[in-house]
Amino acid sequence: MSTVNASGWRPEMGESDVKAAETFTGNRALMLEEALIFEIGDSHTTGVFLDPAPKVHPGRGGWELTGEIGLPGLSEPETVRHYTRLSRQNYAIDLGLFPLGSCTMKHNPRLNEKVARMKGFIDVHPLQPQETVQGALQVINELAFWLVDLTGMHGVAMSPKAGAHGELCGILAIKAALDARGEDRPVILVPESAHGTNPATAAFAGFSVENIPATPEGRVDVAALKARLGPDVAGVMITNPNTCGLFERDLKVISDAVHAAGGYVYCDGANFNAIVGRVRPGDLGVDAMHINLHKTFSTPHGGGGPGSGPVVLSEALAPYGPIPFVAKMPDGSFKLVEEEAAGEMHPETFGRMTAFHGQMGMFTRALAYIMSHGADGLRQVAEDAVLNANYVLRSLEGTLEAPFGASGPCMHEALFTDNGLAEGFSTLDVAKGLIDEGYHPMTVYFPLVVHGAMLVEPTETESKAALDQFIGALRSVANRAKQGDPSLKSAPHHAPRRRLDETLAARKPVLVWKEMELPVAAE
Amino acid sequence: MRYLPLTDTDRQAMLATIGAASIDDLFVDVPEEARLTGPIPGLPMHASEMAVERHFSAMARKNMAAAHHPFFLGAGAYKHHVPASVDHLIQRGEFLTAYTPYQPEIAQGTLQMLFEFQTQVARLFGCDVANASMYDGSTACWEAIGMAVRVTKRSKAVISSGLHPHYVSVAKTMARFTGDTLDLAALDMAQSDNARLLSSIDGETSCVVVQYPDILGRIEDLSAIAQKAHEHGALLIAVVTEPVALGAIKSPGEMGADIVVGEGQSLGVGLQFGGPYVGLFACKEKFVRQMPGRLCGQTVDAEGKRGFVLTLSTREHHIRREKATSNICTNSGLCALAFSIHMSLLGERGLRELAALNHARAVQAADRLTQIPGVTLVNDSSFNEFTLKLPVNARDVVHKLAAKRVLGGVSLGRLYLDQAGLENGLLVAVTEVVSEEDIETFASALQEVLA
Repeated sequence: MSTVNASGWRPEMGESDVKAAETFTGNRALMLEEALIFEIGDSHTTGVFLDPAPKVHPGRGGWELTGEIGLPGLSEPETVRHYTRLSRQNYAIDLGLFPLGSCTMKHNPRLNEKVARMKGFIDVHPLQPQETVQGALQVINELAFWLVDLTGMHGVAMSPKAGAHGELCGILAIKAALDARGEDRPVILVPESAHGTNPATAAFAGFSVENIPATPEGRVDVAALKARLGPDVAGVMITNPNTCGLFERDLKVISDAVHAAGGYVYCDGANFNAIVGRVRPGDLGVDAMHINLHKTFSTPHGGGGPGSGPVVLSEALAPYGPIPFVAKMPDGSFKLVEEEAAGEMHPETFGRMTAFHGQMGMFTRALAYIMSHGADGLRQVAEDAVLNANYVLRSLEGTLEAPFGASGPCMHEALFTDNGLAEGFSTLDVAKGLIDEGYHPMTVYFPLVVHGAMLVEPTETESKAALDQFIGALRSVANRAKQGDPSLKSAPHHAPRRRLDETLAARKPVLVWKEMELPVAAE
Repeated sequence: MRYLPLTDTDRQAMLATIGAASIDDLFVDVPEEARLTGPIPGLPMHASEMAVERHFSAMARKNMAAAHHPFFLGAGAYKHHVPASVDHLIQRGEFLTAYTPYQPEIAQGTLQMLFEFQTQVARLFGCDVANASMYDGSTACWEAIGMAVRVTKRSKAVISSGLHPHYVSVAKTMARFTGDTLDLAALDMAQSDNARLLSSIDGETSCVVVQYPDILGRIEDLSAIAQKAHEHGALLIAVVTEPVALGAIKSPGEMGADIVVGEGQSLGVGLQFGGPYVGLFACKEKFVRQMPGRLCGQTVDAEGKRGFVLTLSTREHHIRREKATSNICTNSGLCALAFSIHMSLLGERGLRELAALNHARAVQAADRLTQIPGVTLVNDSSFNEFTLKLPVNARDVVHKLAAKRVLGGVSLGRLYLDQAGLENGLLVAVTEVVSEEDIETFASALQEVLA
């Protein structure tokens, strides 16, 4: 009698030796192939029926469209089916554990979606008279207060559109503060374990970037950093908890040294989920930190955005933050401080970063999440996130090498390397093997400071049973990679697609659909 | 607690596996003086689903929703009717709760959608290629200016006075830090900026940036500017804040633009008080390796089946770090999906019908509003947005109209602070959601306010 595991599967039964025939459609039962809209639609079909346009004398100025644009239309039933079929080729948090390190793929509560769609939020224009949008301004203001209090900072810039845009905001505030002091400090220091966006942001703002090495235990080398400080250093960009999943325990020491040398401390807040309610970055001397609302505060990732990256600022940098922002006035009303009021209320602002006021649709969702959890629940979020990560880290001891396992507990994510895999087997093979097990793989090959990195962030919204099954799956795949199981090299076998040829895609880029040219017969 | 599945029994068992006595042992690396010992004082504790909903309903009621009133605002954000299936489809968890498609074998849904989106945007703009979206139109605009600097290795951008003033502000913010020079001029309701643009293009110019239709709703031929720019080795960047217009007027690409960027909010996304929106970014094929942002490309899998992947990532920060073409990471995937679904529902026929209806309603509104004594039309040409010159300051008029429950446009005085000659300008957008009754209500209210 074979053993049935928790999901009802008897692994040792194996597959039937009767091989299924290829299907006529290419479909495999519920796994449905779907053509492109350009192959199934045409320019005469539409799924939208409008009132007829009244007859008027056109006043377009002579630039009327004459040619064909080439946009196919689908009827509504075809549209619904097309996108429903496409959706089923995606992995998502709603389907299972999504342990993508540094991305904080937690459950996205549907209450957030419900409140964000209230007419009073979704159907208001950014330039409506302020007296007609007091409730929308209140949302921004309430969220701003939560973010300031949770981080122990002085102010917050709400308009940045995503994490990297928030980084830019923080770096611009630093540059504006230096300008105000009349100082030219051209260098930003970035630890080598940093997210790639950090050096890209600093370079974009005109700084030159210098790397600071990590210690063997996976933290910033404080001595090396201190040695590099000087009158040419504008500041440091540091991630805490860092991308090795460790708390930078010397951050306060670093901040004090940077401040003493006249620089500022930017903290990448991508990993704030590990410490929300347990530690305030303001208490560690941070001058600016972006908060990814789509990570810590549960707004959906949407297959690559939209995100939202408010930036909390210290007293030293807050005066330079962007416009517009929302102020609560003594009479209890809310004021959107734009160019006009900035002269009086925010004269040193570095200006606008985006056309309007930020990601309102993400603010409503994040605020609903924060209110649901409250101060007590958010603290529990951090604790459970850290507990889950440590449980994964220790449960896989003896299976995968944890390079900093001896450095003590990890924070919200557990880091492993490819050390010990069989000759010719890599982190990529483990990742693709996990796909066949029904999981989205962890973050791979990041951070760059260890070989073949595998960064696992389970988040707090996973149950112990879900973690146990994931640990079992990862252990099984890792063992196959250590034993050199050749079937792993060609995984995934059960996904909608096998391994895709990324080299071909980059060498001969096909970025838009073109009508297939019919083969021309040789004369 | 809601959203947290662990029980205390689980927690104890897991701590035992880890070998920690308590949860505090996992936070030992936090310096003692920075450890918070309990919930942060002064902040509310957790709330029930009903309590949260009640709070949000109360805040939502304080806002005047566009659908409930005659509504005429535009200036870079337009109210269009979004078919019900769009919002239904983007809420499928497989789209909503997926990540950036880093593992293409299990992200073909997002990737195929992005490939279709890129093709739709490229065709709409008359360009060869488009990327997988930017944050919004304003950030796409400054990314385009930065791209032109990389392509031409020059740093002077000539900016049309008809470019949305907030887009200009964003470009100014960035230029202050990148050291690029912006050649700017004041907006003039009496004439377009084309003559100055043509005379400003020289051998130092990286790009000319022109909005189409412009901030006042005027439509100008771009081909002369494109020609002059190309003669001097500069690029023409066209900015489209109302993509529906391109169902009625020629695309900027057809007129010779090298890079076309835009705000895609009009299709599928909605007003949302300014965000999230979706930046559109398209260009000529020869510049593709200098493009910012994510790109989706077609390829094959190990069995030869067609599939899609993110590609040309050697431009991007996770590979290039400080040498990347942009720092953009998360873009606007779900809004791109909404745009693409709406565009698929419309198709070419629907887009043209929608554009025709928008234009016709706008002409009706302009005809009616200019019957009011003292109100004149600024535009010689327009799509669904035009500028009126009122006999009085338009900012006051907007507030008085709001008091009469009419959302009657955007005053130029709000967009252009203290700029002489613009204070009486009122920007009026008229889309398919505006009925003839709405136009009449607006006209009567305006007449009363001006009386």
